[in-house]
Amino acid sequence: MGLGGGDVMNIAVTGDDLVVVRDVGKTFSEAGGLVFGRAQPSVRAVDGASFEVKRGETLALVGESGCGKSTLGRLLLRLIDASEGEIAIDGVDILRLSSNDMRQMRARVQMIFQDPYGSLSPRRSVAKIIAEPLEIFGLVQSRKQRRDRVAELMIQVGLSPTFMDRYPRQFSGGQRQRIGIARAIAVDPQFIVADEPVSALDVSVQAQIVNLMQDLQKSRGFSYLFIAHDLSVVRHIADRVAVMYLGRIVEIGPKRRIYDFPSHPYTQALLSAVPEPDPETRKSRIILKGDVPSPANDPTGCSFHTRCPIAQPICRAERPPLLETASGHLAACHFAKPHPIPL
Amino acid sequence: MTIAPSLSRQQPAASVHPGPLLKVEDLSIEFGPKGTAVRVVEGVSFTIDTGAAVGIVGESGSGKSMTSLAVMGLIPSPPGRIATGRILFEGVDLLGLPRSRMPEIRGRDIAMIFQEPMSSLNPVMTIGDQIGEAIKLHQKMGREERRQRVVELLKLVGIPDPERRLGAYPHQFSGGMRQRVMIAMAVACNPKLLIADEPTTALDVTIQAQVLELMHKIRRTLNTTILLISHDLGVIADICERVIVMYAGKVVEDADVKTIFRSPKHPYTRGLLQSIPRLKDENTRLYQIPGMVPLPGTIKQGCPFFPRCPDRIDKCARETPPLLEITPQQKAACWVSAGATS
Repeated sequence: MGLGGGDVMNIAVTGDDLVVVRDVGKTFSEAGGLVFGRAQPSVRAVDGASFEVKRGETLALVGESGCGKSTLGRLLLRLIDASEGEIAIDGVDILRLSSNDMRQMRARVQMIFQDPYGSLSPRRSVAKIIAEPLEIFGLVQSRKQRRDRVAELMIQVGLSPTFMDRYPRQFSGGQRQRIGIARAIAVDPQFIVADEPVSALDVSVQAQIVNLMQDLQKSRGFSYLFIAHDLSVVRHIADRVAVMYLGRIVEIGPKRRIYDFPSHPYTQALLSAVPEPDPETRKSRIILKGDVPSPANDPTGCSFHTRCPIAQPICRAERPPLLETASGHLAACHFAKPHPIPL
Repeated sequence: MTIAPSLSRQQPAASVHPGPLLKVEDLSIEFGPKGTAVRVVEGVSFTIDTGAAVGIVGESGSGKSMTSLAVMGLIPSPPGRIATGRILFEGVDLLGLPRSRMPEIRGRDIAMIFQEPMSSLNPVMTIGDQIGEAIKLHQKMGREERRQRVVELLKLVGIPDPERRLGAYPHQFSGGMRQRVMIAMAVACNPKLLIADEPTTALDVTIQAQVLELMHKIRRTLNTTILLISHDLGVIADICERVIVMYAGKVVEDADVKTIFRSPKHPYTRGLLQSIPRLKDENTRLYQIPGMVPLPGTIKQGCPFFPRCPDRIDKCARETPPLLEITPQQKAACWVSAGATS
């Protein structure tokens, strides 16, 4: 594919790591900086993100609206450009690729979106939608080959190929998400960023899509960055979990550790807030005060201190680094300690 | 609770009506021109006792929101129409009342909160004026008294610094705060019944926890009867004592909350409960109900769940099961659960 040649720097990776992210940040500032004659503050959407995604694993990125999880997902695919940092996919530093080389790279990284209504062109048939990436990367030569490949992909995602000439509006939400998945896997990617892929779906449809995504991963071995706000879904699909708050990763670790021994007070509050579908266990919730501050108004020190139930003076003054609390389990809190949540 | 004394003064005398607060009987709602109309709700019956918290759970298209809109008299008509049934509120059939009487009942006796607070609030009116308006419609009160009342309500729903926030506009509030304002507006006149349609669906989980806490507090302090519409069984389990499960426009199960979670009797309820991912277990494979929800009007006879049902027998394809009493606490619209065999 001619990747990694020339002056593109290769980043050393261990065999396990498919995606390596180092100190990635993104600041959005208004072009011109004036709206209604007022200067707009720049917004730090992602700050100092460092983590890896291993081959074949699912790393879930969780957090509430505005925490920067979707922005981070888009940075990894270079759908938006990072302000700083390094992102390597399979050893290639994608931030230094020319646009031509990046285009080639896109055959290896794909995205699944939340809204299967908004992300599929309403005026193209399902066959055209699914075949688009195949054509861009020259993976099909003839019309027949294209239709055969589309049929194959439709079967793999649980759709009948007899519907290939229909339009997205003729499908239900769950079926549309299957179309989006078929398009994403068409080029046989190594890495898929799935941004809230099941949040807009009904419970019974959600289960079908989650299972489908897991089956495809098992048979094809790609890695997911699974962006979600629903911690119950994440418990089912993830191998590791990263928790974001106000643009920063505040905790990351193996799924079991995060769910059984969350170490950051924000993770603890998030887990305790999930209403469990079980009327017989009344769990004691940690109810956080107030709202998430605006990213344009990032608090000093630990950005969680304005809502943290255990905040101390040091939390207002010093930003805690992300430090290991157990093997592979990191938390950014001056008082991080594993705290089993009575689930 | 500082607001309690003056709020409870507003509370109406205990209802003299002996029966349930709300009784819905054989309610059917259809859309479209007569003759080709599609039924989106069919033969729905349930009751809600004074002081209870009842949940209606169902997926998109189950008819749960339409049912609650019908109680409020808010079915858009045309194209919608109530085809059959009665909605008895304290024994009075709301469907028999002249249209002009409904605005009087809405807000004073029955109030509603919606999923998206931003689209239900007036963007160019201050929060204080909007809540004040809700009071003015139904209660005679002087300007200053009304202002005091609005401050009390904002305090009740946990808006910090209420005297100063009176003059704020909806866009200056976060999503969670707007939902609090909606709740303040809904309980402004101490309604007997509060209908909450997906009140926390648009909110983040930590904010959802705050709003659920607030709904518990409203119940405790004002004794409001609650009808909660939700797709989220977790939210239902948190607030309600009784659950009504709807599927394809019909009630398929009705039972107290513990019974339904412990031993659901309708195969759809069972499937739904099994397909929810849970925080507690990480059993990596989720149960999936095969197939899809039928489009309204496509199932002409038999049980609407028949095509997807793992327990179906021949009878289910021919005859639509009514809501059958399985035990005194549990009703299910299922021939098999009621003991039929092929």
